[in-house]
Amino acid sequence: MSRAQQNRVAITGNEAVALAMKQVEPDVVAAYPITPQTDIVQYFSSFVADGEVQTEFVTVESEHSAMSACVGAAAAGARAMTATSANGLALMWEVLYIAAGLRLPIVMPVVNRALSAPINIHCDHSDSMGARDSGWIQLYSEDAQEAYDNILQAVRIGEHPDVLLPVMVCLDGFIISHSLENLKVLDKEQVTAFVGDYRPDARLLDAKRPITVGALELQDFYFEHKRQEAEAMVRSAPIIEAVADEYARLTGRKYSFFEAYRMDDAEVAVMVLNSAAGTARAVVDQLRRRGVRAGLLKLRVFRPFPGAALAEALAGLSVVGIMDRAEGLSAAGGPLFVEVRSALLGRPRHPLVLNHIYGLGGRDVGPDQIEQVFADLLRAAEAGEARQQVTHIGVRD
Amino acid sequence: MSTVTEIRWHGRGGQGAKTAALLLAEAVSEAGKYVQGFPEYGPERMGAPVAAFNRLSDEPIRLHCHVSNPNIVVILDPTLIKGSSIVEGLTAEGLVLVNTAQDPAQLRSALGLAAGQRVFAVDASHIARETIGLDIPNMPMMGVLLAVAGVLPREQLRAIIQKQLEAKFKGKRDVAEGNLKAIDRAIQEVRGA
Repeated sequence: MSRAQQNRVAITGNEAVALAMKQVEPDVVAAYPITPQTDIVQYFSSFVADGEVQTEFVTVESEHSAMSACVGAAAAGARAMTATSANGLALMWEVLYIAAGLRLPIVMPVVNRALSAPINIHCDHSDSMGARDSGWIQLYSEDAQEAYDNILQAVRIGEHPDVLLPVMVCLDGFIISHSLENLKVLDKEQVTAFVGDYRPDARLLDAKRPITVGALELQDFYFEHKRQEAEAMVRSAPIIEAVADEYARLTGRKYSFFEAYRMDDAEVAVMVLNSAAGTARAVVDQLRRRGVRAGLLKLRVFRPFPGAALAEALAGLSVVGIMDRAEGLSAAGGPLFVEVRSALLGRPRHPLVLNHIYGLGGRDVGPDQIEQVFADLLRAAEAGEARQQVTHIGVRD
Repeated sequence: MSTVTEIRWHGRGGQGAKTAALLLAEAVSEAGKYVQGFPEYGPERMGAPVAAFNRLSDEPIRLHCHVSNPNIVVILDPTLIKGSSIVEGLTAEGLVLVNTAQDPAQLRSALGLAAGQRVFAVDASHIARETIGLDIPNMPMMGVLLAVAGVLPREQLRAIIQKQLEAKFKGKRDVAEGNLKAIDRAIQEVRGA
């Protein structure tokens, strides 16, 4: 595959997502608007109204119905997409598990927003983190470019015959969804060629080969199917890499499970998801100029969780600060922290692991807050122990 | 001007702070630079204080947070000026652009500006009423930005914005022309101190 000619555009994160959906042109989009995802649905409905896509657009009365309609469409053999945020994702809850359990490769942008209460429309990751055990692959995006790129790759990953799992593509509400930035986009024809046709092996509307979807399975078969689903999540890892390689040949933009930034000789590092990674990168550069051996690990794929590779990447550090934009409310730290720390267990040598919870409900996260995290890590590195394992930063006492 | 120009827009809901920030970002991107344009979304209503931000750079922009040390502060509504808090974090040689009929020298002291900082004023509301027929001061204030900020060569940026306005108000030629006239008048009428 030769490198594609790309167009440089300046659009918002939501426009980039809507453009990716337009270029994929799924058979069915069923969606319900919720801030800050609303623009995506609005743009996409215009594409439908203006005849720019042939997609069957289903306006539904709730997110529960949106995901149910996607499940029905995907089971029938259609390529189906939706998009949501926060409470909308929460309302899809039971159907998320059904989409994954039925092995339906639905692709869903999730514009990350805090869950109520208190009611809040701004960014944190409590919504998608809550869905982390639902059987969906989760890709996270630093900016509009990555959101666009992840959606195109999500289609290929989810639909791969070895995978057949739904995929969430997460991007930060308002910070990315409503921010206008530069990105490079492919032409429709290039996207069509990249994503290919969706030809499921078995589908409900194939009268010549009738199948049952959603059968009752009690003690006899439920366990076998769940094990297959778990194995599919494991098998998705090499597919995610292979799709990323192919996408890199097409666009020059290379993705993996995570990005290790200035990690080679790092003594301390932070780990972060989504938009704060950009700000963290700037802080790392600043600290490096002052002689601090600082690094950044930006996680792109949270499901499947790349525990072994992460443990390897973090092994040389003295201290790592895991930054969670979700509280978790577990009394044991945020979700990313808990999983990274468990991935390190049993290794001969591993860093001290601290947890910094930040930016809940859209609290602005500037370089000062990330510098504060690094100061905490350096203090712990010197003392050889942490004063406190879980710290909330940028919050009033 | 440093490689990254950071701008903070202050206005009230309905005055077009967000629209101006996004339009400027698009225009500067068109000229080949890296840009960000984004609003601060609060509990927005007509008349409530709002902010919007720009980063304009020759290099890719990584920061994803509010602008706290702006090179330029644009104030669309002078009633938002309550002492110096509105220009908080302004760089040592920063510019403040204000929609007001007031004398720029008086504004200097009201805003508590330091020696290297400069203020420019124009009665953007008056211009907007005369050119667009509505008190939406964002485009005249864009004119002030064109006149004094040096983000891009003035004529180049003006030509791009003209194209954008014509595309945005397709079929409403008088609106596009009114907005452009508003920009040009502000360039003529701006006063500095």
